[in-house]
Amino acid sequence: MGAEVSVPTRIDQRPRGPVSEGASAGSEHLAAALRHPAKSGNRRALAGIPVVLAILAVVCFASLAFGARPISFETLIAALTDFDPANGDHAVVHSRIPRTVTALLVGAALGVAGAAMQGVARNPLADPGILGVNAGAALAVVTGIYVFGISSLTGYIWFAFVGAAVAAVVVYGIASLGREGATPIKLALAGAALTAGLSSLMNAILVSSQDTLDAFRFWQVGNVSGRGWDVILPVIPFVAVGLLITLLTGRILNNLSLGDDVARGLGQKVGLSRAITALGVVILCGAATALAGPIAFVGLVIPHMVRAFTGPDYRWILPFSLVLAPVLLLGADIVGRLIALPGEVQAGIMTAIIGAPVFIWLVRRRKAAGL
Amino acid sequence: MVAALGAAVVILFFVNVLLGSYTVTIPDFFRLLGGADIPGASFIVMENKLPRAVTGTLIGVAFGLAGTIFQTMLRNPLASPDIIGISYGASASAVAAMVVFGLTGVAVSAAAMIGALAIALLIYLVSHRSGVSGGASARLILIGIGFAAIMQAVVGYLMTRTDIRTAQGALVWLNGSLNSSNWDRVAVLAASLVLLLPAVAMLSRSLRGLELGDDAAAGLGVRVGPARLGLVVTAVLLAAVATAAAGPVAFVAFLAGPIARRLLGGAGSLVAAAGVGAVIVLAADFAAANLIPMFLTNGTALPVGVVTGALGAPFLLWLLVTTNRVGRGG
Repeated sequence: MGAEVSVPTRIDQRPRGPVSEGASAGSEHLAAALRHPAKSGNRRALAGIPVVLAILAVVCFASLAFGARPISFETLIAALTDFDPANGDHAVVHSRIPRTVTALLVGAALGVAGAAMQGVARNPLADPGILGVNAGAALAVVTGIYVFGISSLTGYIWFAFVGAAVAAVVVYGIASLGREGATPIKLALAGAALTAGLSSLMNAILVSSQDTLDAFRFWQVGNVSGRGWDVILPVIPFVAVGLLITLLTGRILNNLSLGDDVARGLGQKVGLSRAITALGVVILCGAATALAGPIAFVGLVIPHMVRAFTGPDYRWILPFSLVLAPVLLLGADIVGRLIALPGEVQAGIMTAIIGAPVFIWLVRRRKAAGL
Repeated sequence: MVAALGAAVVILFFVNVLLGSYTVTIPDFFRLLGGADIPGASFIVMENKLPRAVTGTLIGVAFGLAGTIFQTMLRNPLASPDIIGISYGASASAVAAMVVFGLTGVAVSAAAMIGALAIALLIYLVSHRSGVSGGASARLILIGIGFAAIMQAVVGYLMTRTDIRTAQGALVWLNGSLNSSNWDRVAVLAASLVLLLPAVAMLSRSLRGLELGDDAAAGLGVRVGPARLGLVVTAVLLAAVATAAAGPVAFVAFLAGPIARRLLGGAGSLVAAAGVGAVIVLAADFAAANLIPMFLTNGTALPVGVVTGALGAPFLLWLLVTTNRVGRGG
């Protein structure tokens, strides 16, 4: 069959070893790859980069300009270039910078982590939370509120971080036991099972402690506002390191998406690759959850939306997810500010309300691109 | 193994009815069944413990079957009814009924039922296109996830917009609880299952075919389109009636199938999944009511759904660690 010829060209890498007999396991992926001819996809994706960057810039400006008190474009530029502390409008613009930065960081982290996670788990339903990260973070935060009476965001972030990391290590450890190592199916099952167990413990606390529920229900929906620099700054290095690791895994994920046997045949150290990618995902998700609470939808659907446009090449999916996920989160946050004036609807809620219909429309319009 | 599961269901059923904070002897139990009136015991057993245990068994069976049908047909262990939006449809509708309209009891159950069926119909209509073929499963799941996200956002929003007492009541419902079990609900649930279980039995052969892929199923003589539709409708109805009876008891639908598959050494079995579902719910309800010390929970008895995940998840993890054979599709 022609697949053996065209696959190496698509992923732009010559096989360094014989393609094993297990190729049939990846035949669906090979077929998917064949439906998306490499060249036209890449050219289209390349042309898309300035477009999505422009969209991101526009949304960032909009995030600074819109809100309970709208700011004109001239005032916005003046506030950014020539800040006058006495000017009320300038102060408003500056007060919107932290939430804009938060949305940028969280969106970028979740988008990239989601794309990588779907590649690692080879499962279109895998979201960043599938490693148990969100459940671990949530349980840790609930424990922090219930046992230690923590009630500030600065207090939550370290609980969230530690909870996320511990959960991810446990999931990966359990999935790695046994002779075939951390296979995608064991990762997915172990992650979903641990999520179930941890959520049960969390709900046990929430059902029995009204005070804890009262604090937790607002953290749980996920939000980007109200985060000061004291919360944002400690998280930035984690996001940076996580992005660095994960963005470099594009080629690894391409190979993994062909199935373990083919990837091995291409000279990939499958176990190591998966572990490195998972490490990046955990750092990103831990940071995002610590900063904004569990925002579930972004990491799951942005890669799907991107894939519909770029095709199955992770070297394109990852950077596009990096740019488009913050667009979704920022857009959601802006609409959330305006939709319920004088109040606000949290970004975590608006993300789903806005993103889901777009996602559904995309899925319906074209045949969902497989992994 | 299936026989052992059946025995476990029966034993746990009687443990739930006979033991606990109020103990009944076996002869007394049969005298009660025969219509004898024993002061105190009559009410506690006949109006509380027995309907509760029956409800627990039936919803365990229904959730176990619904989850396994989805996971097998869509060939994805993560594709339980929670993920593809049906439970969240029920949850959003029920929480809205509680928070916005201040409803309680049967009205909330009805709202949950309507929510589950409405969202399922919506997902089906949106994902349905003429000439359904390969990729239909993926589209169904992804669109379901989209709707699940919206419904989840609605629930989260409603939870932040109500007073804390209502929110806590909603949380109990969202986890799933057997506290409001009574014979009326058992009757509705049992009648629904009497209709649905034969449908499952008839469709089980098609399901085994679809597990191998659409082409293989067609080769085995399965009419893929009608079989898939029948299975979706049956599984949705199972999940909906069970959710209406006790709330979306957490994780039973997701856990039952993978556990059953590993207990049987790789082969999927609907009967085993139904048994595992019933075992999880009955064991969790007994543990919630009797084994967890009240001082840890500020004097509240935990709803069953809080414990199902805590019992089922470690067991599945243990099976993942100890079983070497990894069956496809969980």
